[in-house]
Amino acid sequence: MAQVYLPERSEAQVRPPRGPIQTRRQNDATPTQGQRPGFADAIVIIALIGAVALLVTAASRWTAEQNPAIHISLQPIYLPLYAGLSLLRMMLAYLLSLAFTLIYGHIAATNRTARRFMVPILDILQSIPILSFLPGVVLALVAIFPHSNIGIEMAAVILIFTSQAWNMTFSYYHSARTLPVELREAAMVYRLSPWRRFIRLEIPFAMIGLVWNSMMSWAGGWFFLMAAEQLQLGNRSFQLPGLGSYLQIAANAGNGGALLLGLFTLVVLIVLLDVVFWRPLVAWSDKFKFESVRSTEAPESPILDLLRRSTIIEWFSLHAAQPGSEWINRQIDRIFHNQSASMPSDESTPAPITYKTVIGWGIGGIIAVLAMIGCLLALHALAQISLLTWGTLGVDGFFTLMRTVLAMTIAVLWTVPVGVKIGMSPTWSRRLQPIVQVVASIPATAFFPVLLIVLFKLPTGVGINIAAIALMLLGTQWYVLFNVIAGAMSIPSDLREAADIYRVSGWRRWRTLILPAIFPYLVTGLITASGGAWNASIVAEVVQYNDKTIATPGLGSAIAQAAANNTPSILLASTLVMAFIVVFINRMVWRRLYQIAERRYTLG
Amino acid sequence: MSLSSKVTKMQQPTHSPAVLLEATHVRKMYGDEKRTKHGEIQGVLVLDDVSLQIREGEFVAILGPSGSGKSTLLRILSGLIHPTAGTVRYRDALVMGPDPHLAIVFQTFALFPWLTVLENVELGLEAQDLTRTQRTKRALAAIDTIGLDGFEDAYPKELSGGMRQRVGFARALVVEPELLFMDEPFSALDVLTAENLRTELLRLWREGRIPTKAILMVTHNIEEAVQMADRLVVMGHDPGCIRAILNGVPLADRLAKTPAHEHLVDLVYTIITQPDEDAGTIMAAQDGRKEQPVGPTATPKPSGRGYQSLPHIKIGAVNGLAERVQRHDGREDLAVLGRELQMELDDILPLVEAVELLGFGEAMEGDLILTDAGRRLAEGDELQDKEIFREQVLSNVELIRQMKEALDRAEDHEIQEDQILEQLEEYFSPDEARRQFETAVDWARYAELFAYDGASGLLYLEDAAPTSTQ
Repeated sequence: MAQVYLPERSEAQVRPPRGPIQTRRQNDATPTQGQRPGFADAIVIIALIGAVALLVTAASRWTAEQNPAIHISLQPIYLPLYAGLSLLRMMLAYLLSLAFTLIYGHIAATNRTARRFMVPILDILQSIPILSFLPGVVLALVAIFPHSNIGIEMAAVILIFTSQAWNMTFSYYHSARTLPVELREAAMVYRLSPWRRFIRLEIPFAMIGLVWNSMMSWAGGWFFLMAAEQLQLGNRSFQLPGLGSYLQIAANAGNGGALLLGLFTLVVLIVLLDVVFWRPLVAWSDKFKFESVRSTEAPESPILDLLRRSTIIEWFSLHAAQPGSEWINRQIDRIFHNQSASMPSDESTPAPITYKTVIGWGIGGIIAVLAMIGCLLALHALAQISLLTWGTLGVDGFFTLMRTVLAMTIAVLWTVPVGVKIGMSPTWSRRLQPIVQVVASIPATAFFPVLLIVLFKLPTGVGINIAAIALMLLGTQWYVLFNVIAGAMSIPSDLREAADIYRVSGWRRWRTLILPAIFPYLVTGLITASGGAWNASIVAEVVQYNDKTIATPGLGSAIAQAAANNTPSILLASTLVMAFIVVFINRMVWRRLYQIAERRYTLG
Repeated sequence: MSLSSKVTKMQQPTHSPAVLLEATHVRKMYGDEKRTKHGEIQGVLVLDDVSLQIREGEFVAILGPSGSGKSTLLRILSGLIHPTAGTVRYRDALVMGPDPHLAIVFQTFALFPWLTVLENVELGLEAQDLTRTQRTKRALAAIDTIGLDGFEDAYPKELSGGMRQRVGFARALVVEPELLFMDEPFSALDVLTAENLRTELLRLWREGRIPTKAILMVTHNIEEAVQMADRLVVMGHDPGCIRAILNGVPLADRLAKTPAHEHLVDLVYTIITQPDEDAGTIMAAQDGRKEQPVGPTATPKPSGRGYQSLPHIKIGAVNGLAERVQRHDGREDLAVLGRELQMELDDILPLVEAVELLGFGEAMEGDLILTDAGRRLAEGDELQDKEIFREQVLSNVELIRQMKEALDRAEDHEIQEDQILEQLEEYFSPDEARRQFETAVDWARYAELFAYDGASGLLYLEDAAPTSTQ
């Protein structure tokens, strides 16, 4: 899932600009902080009980006897349970993504040899759509756990992971590579061990980018939730109880009421998550901002204030978390003892050969051998593909390219005027920002079936094509919109005043002031959106509705059908074609546009 | 082999304090992988044959223009980076990495913005095997000493620059370092705050309230160095080397502007503004009776580059400087100039260099003296200025002359920037080549010699340009 690719400029542009439009809290006085248990503690306890109940329910399902296609009831009463199960899957996938990000990102950023392979691999991975991972993941895990549901559950989690992890890893890698020199030197002078350097310097410095990219990853995860909970693999099909399945079943049955109800549940869930999880996290992570002066408008969250006032949490932090982390740090330092004060590897002096180097080369060797075996198998599979099939895939790629281009064009055409309007007017941005954010966070796949009801009244060929472009657009236009808003907000007021004084108005104002100023932001948004559109093609070009499957020629439908029919060689070939096109476009179009943007149109 | 080893021996009285840190024949090359056009691998030499001792009880200041490698030297001495050749010894043990007996105060403070003042100070102790209580206790004591009590739970961004640097000092002192290194510690602060912090540090140091045995400070503020240091190490550039090691003025003369103080400031200015002169000759020429300079060291070698290097200076500043000196009858003391314009060495040196290179003035005995062209520049109006500048650029700046000639020769009177850059990269690193090119273009644009289109990277002659250069 090519959710985000942040070339040089950091995440600052991708995030929806919420800072400047928030009103400051009226009264900051909290004199009774942490005195006695209160409202906050009650909420903490209820949340804990809820989490435990959900875990127990889920665990009993995971260990139960394997039931590949569980019956999904469209009764509203089951919706909270399904929502909880989907949420749990998302969380597990997210934790997996986080662990992957920290490990992969850290190694890629600190090991020069590994970096040479790891970054291009990540670049390719993010261009591979979720369904291409499907057969491998599902078959392997179901084979490992043949008797319980845990294999299928894990498969779903890993599939969601593949739509979440890459942009987070890129963001972390980027941060870890751009650590401020003086902080790195301070860490060296005060001889922080590699572990303490990791937790005191690297993670905090990467935190803000990580939080924003996590939010985008969750959006990506929701987008592909339906694809991850309904697995079709040859003649075997797997269905997991969850919100995604519910929506899919409702759409298949043509049950509009259930569809709307499911959609409503999803919206409530997403808004709730935003309020109780992301906003507090954003407000908390503000302290990691690398700035020398306190910004006047810091993000705030009432929930975070509530938590900070909770005596339970305070007690836990003081008596368990702090001593606990101290103990863990000591143990880790003890294990890696004597490695703290090593000289940084200087470019001009060859590093001495240590056992670490040997282990590193050993691991590298094993990976290289495995990769070679993989390549041989892949070549063997690809050898079976006829030239005709390659040709068809090329044509498919062209169709999908046309659809993404069209979707991007429509996105630019409406987001630029609207985004500029919102960004340049404080009133409008105050009114519209919260609405836009909620609308943007609803996965397009979820309300897509509702759209289909209308579109399928049109002739089939036209309807599906409009539907495909619409889904690509719905899934990705927000990146463009948010970036345009951020760009418009960043236009310095002196430039706007100068334009006013010299009476630069109408089209000339757009040409000389607005378009150049938002150009770098627009490019950043389009990079993300175009990657997203390619990935969305796998769910956009094949549609199931009312027990019918309608497909239109394209690379996305080729991949989806190859996965569903379990034809690995075609799946591999079509995935390669897509990865090639996406990476090629990134290198040839976006990176160049980005360089132009950076060179010529960067303000300040 | 420089004279520096001789110097240090010369300086050794019979019972001198113990040597804490000793660098011998340190060299440092950067960018080994950089290749010239001919495919030879060559690095840029930033430090050449530097030898230096730091003894117990000493406050040593390292001074020099930018590019003299003084920060690099500090990082080599502290074990942060390896020298390419030569050794650094701490109490006779070879320094192989950051030394536990050493702490650094950074120019940019280098505080962790996500940690509170207390946590930042405790960070210095994290590598030591202490319990949390011990750590906090020591950190609080350091915070107390440095005058930060009450700010323990504040985050760095809530503090003013001066308070932030106090945190930097507290974090350094909490590890009870034998050696305290400071990399331009006051240059990011405003004048009054810097003065306040300097005085307080000196008080702690002289009263022995901090366990530190020696202090090494890198600075480009000459007054600051004279005010604080027992010994001044003056460095030169291309490549970085020690040009002279001078004894500081007696304690009593430090704060007041005594003749000894003034004299030393003048002497340092003179040495630094005459990079091609042997430091020993300058000192001999100056009134050398009062303080015995420890001695000259490395004679500056002719610049190894073999190509004129342009200081990156905007024309307006050259004009302004000429006008100011002209108001002082064409001759002004550089130390006074620096003080009154609030410019530190790194600002004023390239400016003086540009004035000299363009033939508008000459630095002599710590003064800047305008030449005839310089006087004309100071008195001329905008159009005359351009005319004078054009003449001077063409007769003095090799690079611009070559570019102009190439343009005259070229068919369409156009050339690609790459052509020039490639040539420059034989002598400079790619980044520096770019900067050299940009400075040349800036000067040439002002002189209306040729035009440059940044988007296409094209240099061209403007037909309409008044080319009265023939």
